[in-house]
Amino acid sequence: MAAPKTSLRTPMAKVRGLGAAHRGTEHFVRQRVSAIGLVPLVLWFVWAVAAHAGATFTASEAFLSHPVNATLMLLLVLTGIYHAAIGIQVVIEDYIPSEGPRVALLLLNKFACVVVALACTLAILKLAL
Amino acid sequence: MADAAASGSRKQRPLSPFVSIYRWPVTMLTSIVHRITGVGLAGGALLIAWWLIATAAGPGAYGTFAAVAGSWFGKLVLFGFTWALVFHLLSGIRHLVWDFGYGFEKNRAERIGTIIIALSVILTIAIWALVYFRGGAL
Repeated sequence: MAAPKTSLRTPMAKVRGLGAAHRGTEHFVRQRVSAIGLVPLVLWFVWAVAAHAGATFTASEAFLSHPVNATLMLLLVLTGIYHAAIGIQVVIEDYIPSEGPRVALLLLNKFACVVVALACTLAILKLAL
Repeated sequence: MADAAASGSRKQRPLSPFVSIYRWPVTMLTSIVHRITGVGLAGGALLIAWWLIATAAGPGAYGTFAAVAGSWFGKLVLFGFTWALVFHLLSGIRHLVWDFGYGFEKNRAERIGTIIIALSVILTIAIWALVYFRGGAL
C-alpha cells in the first residue's frame, strides 16, 4: 500500500509521533529511566555483597538494619523489580503469539512482581524499623 | 510465527532460515545474551528476595538460605548471577549510549561488543577473587 499524499493528522501529531493511540513511548522511557537508576544501585549492591559475602545471620541483620543500607536496598529492589516487570513483559509479548496464554502470562508477571516487591519491602522495613 | 500458524486459521508455511545459516555477528550475540541475562536476573531477584525475607524471618530461615547459598550448587548459581548482572549492566550502559545515537558504526559496535563480553568475564572473576582473598566465608 502506497503512502497517501495527504493525511488527516495534524503536523503536531506527526511531530509527536504517538499515532492513533496517543501514547507509546512511556514503556521505552520507563525502561531507560529505571535502567539509569539501577546503574549506581547495582554498583553499590555488588560492592556491599562482596564486602559481606558469607556473612552470618547477625551480620546480615546488622547490615540491613542500617538506615542507609535499608534505603538503598529498598531502592534497588523496587527499581529492579519494576525494570524486570516491564522487561519480561516485552519478552512475553515477543514470543507468545496466541492471545490467551499471552494475557495470562502478562497478568502472572505483573502479579508475581507485585508480590515479590511487597514481600521484599516488608522484610526490609521490619529489619530497618 | 510458526506456532501462531499451527494454532490459528493461517496455513503452516515454511520459514526462511534466519538464525541457523548465518555467522552470528557479535552485536547479534550480545543482543540475545542481553535479553537472556535480563530474564535470568529476574530469577536472581528471587534469590535477593529470599535473602531479605530469610533475614527478616530469623536465624532458622537464614540458616536454610545460607546452607543453600554456600553449597557448591548455590555458589555456581551465584557465580552465574554475578556474571549475568555484570554483563547486563555493561551491555545496558551500551544500550543507553546507543539511545543517544553513538556507537552504531559497524566496526565499533562489533569491537565494543567483544570488549563487553571479555570485560564481563574478567570483572566477574575479579569480584569473586576479591571476596575469596579478603577471606570471605564463601
